[in-house]
Amino acid sequence: MIMQPRNVSAIFKKELRSYFASPVGYVFIIFYLLVSNGFFFFIEDFFRQGQATMRGYFGTLPWIFLFFVPAITMRLWAEEKKVGTLEILLTMPLREGEVVLGKFLAAFAFLAITLAFTLPLPVSIGLIGRPDMGVIVGSYCGALFLGAAYLAIGLLISSLTESQVVAFIVSVAVIFLLLAIGAAPVYLNSLGPIVHVFDYLSLLSHFNNITRGVIDSRDVVYYLSVVVLFLYLNVKNIESRKWR
Amino acid sequence: MIEVEGLTKRYDRTLAVDDISFHIRKGEVVGLLGPNGAGKTTTMKILTCYISATAGRASINGFDTFDDSLKVREQIGYLPESCPLYQDSDVVTYLNFCAEVRGIAPSKRKSAVERVVSDCDLGKVTRKVIGHLSKGYRQRVGMAQALLHDPAVLVLDEPTSGLDPNQIRDILRLIHSLGREKTVIHSTHILSEIEATSDRVLIINNGRIVAQGTPRELMAQSSGTTVFLTVRGENCTAQIASAPFTASAEKIADAADGFVRVAVRGAAERDVSVDLYRLAVEKGWLVSELRAESASLEEVFAQLTKG
Repeated sequence: MIMQPRNVSAIFKKELRSYFASPVGYVFIIFYLLVSNGFFFFIEDFFRQGQATMRGYFGTLPWIFLFFVPAITMRLWAEEKKVGTLEILLTMPLREGEVVLGKFLAAFAFLAITLAFTLPLPVSIGLIGRPDMGVIVGSYCGALFLGAAYLAIGLLISSLTESQVVAFIVSVAVIFLLLAIGAAPVYLNSLGPIVHVFDYLSLLSHFNNITRGVIDSRDVVYYLSVVVLFLYLNVKNIESRKWR
Repeated sequence: MIEVEGLTKRYDRTLAVDDISFHIRKGEVVGLLGPNGAGKTTTMKILTCYISATAGRASINGFDTFDDSLKVREQIGYLPESCPLYQDSDVVTYLNFCAEVRGIAPSKRKSAVERVVSDCDLGKVTRKVIGHLSKGYRQRVGMAQALLHDPAVLVLDEPTSGLDPNQIRDILRLIHSLGREKTVIHSTHILSEIEATSDRVLIINNGRIVAQGTPRELMAQSSGTTVFLTVRGENCTAQIASAPFTASAEKIADAADGFVRVAVRGAAERDVSVDLYRLAVEKGWLVSELRAESASLEEVFAQLTKG
């Protein structure tokens, strides 16, 4: 697939700018920090545990992402379809792949910016204790991989509807399913070896591997495949208006 | 410049465009005229490569809209119906984004944006957020976006819808002046706009072209000229009706002081006002009104698109 970096970057900049063009982007970041830290300090009870670790933080992250990441992607196609700006965008000399990649990278950058605002947390833990920084760095990488997979799924779903609300709800449902098949192996055990397939397909099990502090190429390949697959389907869906 | 051959678009069961063919020469301003749902927008969406045709082909400057879509899109400026724009962006940021995507070199972007800002009279609102602009300004931003890369072909889908009379006049003036160097195809269902701007008209109904030609040619196609005559004289209606130049004469009203108002159609669709004047002088009738009225584009349109 041929792409012009200039076009990808134009879309990337436009989308990233629009996150911060209204208060929505800022509200999102603040709300995310409140919720994720709230879970860490009050539900996981960081101080009472007396351990310099962010394990609790990253343990809840897939579930917090479940509701936050679809909010990042729900707008990206649905709004363009609803307002009609898609028609101007797609009649400009751009390839569908360039638009999809530009939008994905902008959403990814926004997620990375949000995560960057959580960095005071590991820094503080480093000041008060001696955490295993390798595990923390690995977990941040894992969060980015996991987030990228959520974003690619959410982006595809946004391209299937004109309604942001529908995009959000369906994305949460689909991602939940892909998490749950890895989270509930206890009563799936009766199904036999298929459990391993579910476990492999689950977004969660690979994240758990990474947060143990070992970045295994198999887990990386898994997330990259998910991202590539969903972005590819996204391109095909945008192109489908011209199929004949 | 624009070649369309046997273009057909089918949506599930409905046939939106049915075997349309037309050619538009370089520098022509062509009005696409038709009732709502006639297939104007669908035709434009195919020309601008937003959707593809079910059958037939369209090419712009020799490039096929399906096979060479990128090349076609580089040469077209498009303003879709309802003028969709990014509401949260300000005017200059939006135009800069368009310039970037259009591949205008960074060093030339500023001057390109300044040019369209002045052409579309956007100087006062460059830093305003598009979502806060009035409909008239938004439409002009839409035009600016379409003109930014100085395209050879402009496709404007109902560029005047929702505007007030002054704004309509401004946009029409702009289209007219653009027509000097660009090929313009614009759609409307308002006939006076076509008369004001277009070299040629394509009238579309139910997905088919039902007539094409200059506004003048189309008016000539319709049923000629009617002369309205208000006259007083002995037995004048009957005498007019029996005159050799008359095809039909019909008394439409009794006016004051014994005058009658007669509508006269000439034989062979001719304007017979001079003949009527001579007849009245010869017979010594008094005439208080003598007026020839040609069929308007409205009537032509109504005849072609009714039913």
